[in-house]
Amino acid sequence: MFYREAGDFKTSYVDDNQTFPIKFDRYRYYAVLAVAFGVVPFFINDYWANAVLLPFLIYAIAAIGLNILVGYCGQVSLGTGGFMAVGAYATYKLMTAFPDINIFFHIILAGGVTAIVGVLFGLPSLRIKGFYLAVATLAAQFFLVWLFNRVPWFYNYSASGQINAPERTVFGQAVTGPATEAWATYLFCLVFTVGCAILARNLTRGTVGRKWMSIRDMDIAAEIIGVNPLTAKMTAFAVSSFFIGIAGALFFAVYLGAVEVGEVYGINKSFLVLFMIIIGGLGSIFGSFAGAAFLVLLPVLLKNLLVGTMGWPTDLAAHFELMIVGALIIVFLIAEPHGLAQLWRVTKEKLRLWPFPH
Amino acid sequence: MSVAEQMTEAPVLDQSEGYVTEDGRKIGAVVMEMKNITLRFGGVVAIKDISFDIREGEIRAIIGPNGAGKSSMLNVISGFYIPQEGEILYKGSKRPQMKPYEVARQGIARTFQNIALFEGMTVLDNVMTGRLNHMKTGMFQQALWKGKAEREEVENREVVEKVIDFLEIQNIRKTPVARLPYGLKKRVELARALAAEPSLLLLDEPMAGMNVEEKEDMSRFILDVNDEFGTTIALIEHDMGVVMDLSDRVVVMDYGKKIGDGTPDEVRNNQDVIDAYLGVAHD
Repeated sequence: MFYREAGDFKTSYVDDNQTFPIKFDRYRYYAVLAVAFGVVPFFINDYWANAVLLPFLIYAIAAIGLNILVGYCGQVSLGTGGFMAVGAYATYKLMTAFPDINIFFHIILAGGVTAIVGVLFGLPSLRIKGFYLAVATLAAQFFLVWLFNRVPWFYNYSASGQINAPERTVFGQAVTGPATEAWATYLFCLVFTVGCAILARNLTRGTVGRKWMSIRDMDIAAEIIGVNPLTAKMTAFAVSSFFIGIAGALFFAVYLGAVEVGEVYGINKSFLVLFMIIIGGLGSIFGSFAGAAFLVLLPVLLKNLLVGTMGWPTDLAAHFELMIVGALIIVFLIAEPHGLAQLWRVTKEKLRLWPFPH
Repeated sequence: MSVAEQMTEAPVLDQSEGYVTEDGRKIGAVVMEMKNITLRFGGVVAIKDISFDIREGEIRAIIGPNGAGKSSMLNVISGFYIPQEGEILYKGSKRPQMKPYEVARQGIARTFQNIALFEGMTVLDNVMTGRLNHMKTGMFQQALWKGKAEREEVENREVVEKVIDFLEIQNIRKTPVARLPYGLKKRVELARALAAEPSLLLLDEPMAGMNVEEKEDMSRFILDVNDEFGTTIALIEHDMGVVMDLSDRVVVMDYGKKIGDGTPDEVRNNQDVIDAYLGVAHD
């Protein structure tokens, strides 16, 4: 009833290749964009920005990046935290070395730097697969964190060993540093998130995406029909790291402002983003968003529920929260192993027939 | 001279310019020539000193009992195995050692004995992967989509749709391959190979595990492909009836050696082939 493709005929291949071929989907997408850009900035406050929206937007970028590598190209990576750190430190070095250039470009460049690092650490994927590759990328995680801890040049020889984002403005509005406003940081991140999602979608629906997926599904057959496994895997690592680098840069510069690498970009971060795409759905851009939302929102919701509504002590609630989130993840994966994206697909199939399923 | 002695000699064909088949199809010059190919895996000799050729526009079958080295031969042609000895001449020049994806770019496409489709993708995407070698847009243009990337996608989609029409799989275009039954998967795999517009098509047991009806369909498709596009086809098949009906010339292998080569009729009467393969006592 709400969700109809009947009567929605395509008369050209361009129409058929759209991201949202069904009219209802398309309008909903425009509506979400309109609300995100036109409504939310007027109502946002610091709590919503810092607890919910900024982490959601930034993790969504990271999840899209990791999903390209794991979900689309089938190369398991546990180096996400390390690559995010590369993005953060690259932005920091660029911000301090070229203060006159707009931070927007710094963040893009930081993504580029991360892409190069990602390709370097992706080279083992040409020889090893699966769990063994995961272990190889784990090496990237530990090496990169160690590097940023131990080489003072990366943190500009500061005494604390931390990096702090200096104030930078976009169109006269501060987006980094202590004196930012919630709506400005939110919009800044939103632009990156929407941009990354569109780029990722375009890549995954075209030739590049099909090459990645063919490597994922059967690498031998892919090679025999003409996919060069070297370029396919390396582009996946590059694009994936590019997005993850942007996420790391935003996480440092816009969200946290000050970073100690071992705490923020440790192995936990790698697992968190990996859980996001597993829960959200491998090989789906929507799944990346859903997974990021699930893991960002769930703890906030639980905290509000346990502490706010039920009046538990904060420390007890914090421990319970971990247990509940963990249990929910397990329950959820047993119920729907293909993630939220699959759940959404099933719902859509049902909606298509509702209310007359026979 | 006995029948068997006749058969061990080279088939009686015009060697240079090709020949005309009984049903009037013109077979051209040699496209691919295998010269003294030997392939070993450690101590096992999979292929021993085999030479044969494939002519333009013909349907060439490779038959033999299990373990005869037929699939290995196909893997040598598609660049998956590298023979220790011998050389491959393709379109008149010696082919250097190549990776499988480089062989694919030369216009050689194939299907597999065990279906090798990309299970997570739709039929349409699977067939579109067959067009990879015809799509040249760079990654940055694809990321932006509008313009060159979209144009190229549409152009190639048109070719793919023709193949989909040809093989009559329009109704499953958007279905994920994992959901399809076996016979249709085989057809989709053929579609993927055809989408590449190959000059040489290798089919590894295209009819394995099919029922009679599906075999008839598949045979018709193979003949139509050869007829309409003039595609040269080399195929491996166990169903003797199919092989004898479809192919113009047949190579027979046993234990890695070539024991016969010629038209279906010649092969059928070859004493060595009868002994080794058909297993019928001859008196």
